[in-house]
Amino acid sequence: MLAPADLTALRITVELAVLTTLILLLLATPLAWWLSRGHRFSYPLVNAVVALPLVLPPTVLGFYILLFVGPHGPLVALGLPSLAFTFNGLLIGSMVYSLPFAVQPLRDAFTAMGRQPLEAAATLRAGPLDRFLTVALPLARPGYLTAAVLTFAHTLGEFGVVLMVGGNIPGRTRLVSIAIYDHVESLNYARAHALAALLLAASLLMLVPVYAINRRLVTWRP
Amino acid sequence: MKLEARFRLHRGDFLLDAAFMAPAQGITALFGHSGSGKTTLLRAMAGLERCAGGLLRLGDTVWQDKERFIPPHRRPLAYVFQDANLFAHLSVRRNLEYGYRRVPEDERRLQFDQVVELLGLAPLLDRATPALSGGERQRVAIGRALLASPRLILLDEPLAALDREGRQAILPYLESLHEQLALPMLYVSHDIDEVARLADHMLLMERGSILADGVVAELLTRFDLPLAHGDTAESVIEATVKEYDREYDLTGLDFAGTTLWVPHPGLVNGKRIRLRVLARDVSLTPEPPALSSILNIIPAQVEAIHEEGPAQAMVRLRAGGGILLARITRRSVARLQLHPGTATYAQVKGVAVLD
Repeated sequence: MLAPADLTALRITVELAVLTTLILLLLATPLAWWLSRGHRFSYPLVNAVVALPLVLPPTVLGFYILLFVGPHGPLVALGLPSLAFTFNGLLIGSMVYSLPFAVQPLRDAFTAMGRQPLEAAATLRAGPLDRFLTVALPLARPGYLTAAVLTFAHTLGEFGVVLMVGGNIPGRTRLVSIAIYDHVESLNYARAHALAALLLAASLLMLVPVYAINRRLVTWRP
Repeated sequence: MKLEARFRLHRGDFLLDAAFMAPAQGITALFGHSGSGKTTLLRAMAGLERCAGGLLRLGDTVWQDKERFIPPHRRPLAYVFQDANLFAHLSVRRNLEYGYRRVPEDERRLQFDQVVELLGLAPLLDRATPALSGGERQRVAIGRALLASPRLILLDEPLAALDREGRQAILPYLESLHEQLALPMLYVSHDIDEVARLADHMLLMERGSILADGVVAELLTRFDLPLAHGDTAESVIEATVKEYDREYDLTGLDFAGTTLWVPHPGLVNGKRIRLRVLARDVSLTPEPPALSSILNIIPAQVEAIHEEGPAQAMVRLRAGGGILLARITRRSVARLQLHPGTATYAQVKGVAVLD
């Protein structure tokens, strides 16, 4: 049903989404934890920076990321290779773009549990890392589920940033959303439909269980 | 061995400036009204509130002083929170095991099965914590704290969130802990009956400071303290179970050379029990009446008299080894010619067994 070129685009898209989700959850955890502990001075600024990708036009974001990873950017100045129009460049772009979708659910989950369970753990001989791993993480499970699915689904659907940073190179940085755009441009509605319907169905299939499970997990709390 | 604490910290408008020394055995009640800083003091002791320059010492072990701040997880004390604060993601068994597993085997003072038995937790072990009733939660919380093998246990109003029934269900467990474990407990409460029933020693807290400390029966009756005034003033005495009158279903207690009769069956002879006597239930008479419907008439000696407003007076009496309060009118004080040292008889209309 899908043309080989579209299948390749789909594979790259899923790879990107999986990697973005995994790495971003790891990086977002300490940031969300820190934000949830309410540090007065930097709190509004950091929260605003985290929320920026929600409000900035993706092209603005993509433009700055391209400058950042491109041949004249700071990464190259540090002796690293230029990541413009590469998969790794896309990965960095997607992580920045999806940052709020990972950080905010985690921050809210950590905030909602309050200090109490952690204080109980502290009086039961659990050190800081121990209580984070055995109390905070399990209690934040609904937040992790939400963060993972939102990040994954959001990465599947991004367009502006990946076009700026990745440059639409078939077989390397061409993703499903860009492929759909190309098909529509060339009036190939059938191939556009196949990919678009697939994305629509996949996103819906991911979101429904999240909301179903989260509701159960929320009522599970006392 | 002594428990010594000294903490001073600001929280907004509130200043905690509390210092005390209490015996490191039995139950010490930390009593005061809501907002007097009891919880803050307890949290500072646990290390949950960081308090520079605080001092906390149990015997020779220093947990906090000018140079040291041992973090909460390295202080061998346990904390029972007002709302139990169980881990919602773990079963009852895993909650109980949480602290237990973190104590090296050779440092465990209590075994898992022992605590389960002591608190009657066996039927709850495989339940999820959100499905427990308030009283069950607190029992699990107390068990969880005990299993962390603490050298001191801090209880922050563990019964405050329970209804009367739940409270009645859990008090016997607390008493058996008291009897069976040589573990000092600091018990926060704003319920004087709870304190009178459970505690041996009492710290009286007001506006962030410790106002007085001492034996419960004494603090209740000291005129320089707020407890011995007003309509709710009461005294606590101890008596020994002596006999049981089957015909009238009354238990006779040995107190101050006389027998007190209480309608409370099922007490074992020879047992020491605590009784609460409200000051307003005590009247005074110079001679024991030949015949009276009042069963309990105790020979006593006036120790001090305090005028309470234009009409009322509070009289402190010594009877045997105990102290009683009588709230009577000033007019009666004058008519009976009561002075410190006067011998009199206390007619007690109501005695409550704290058991």
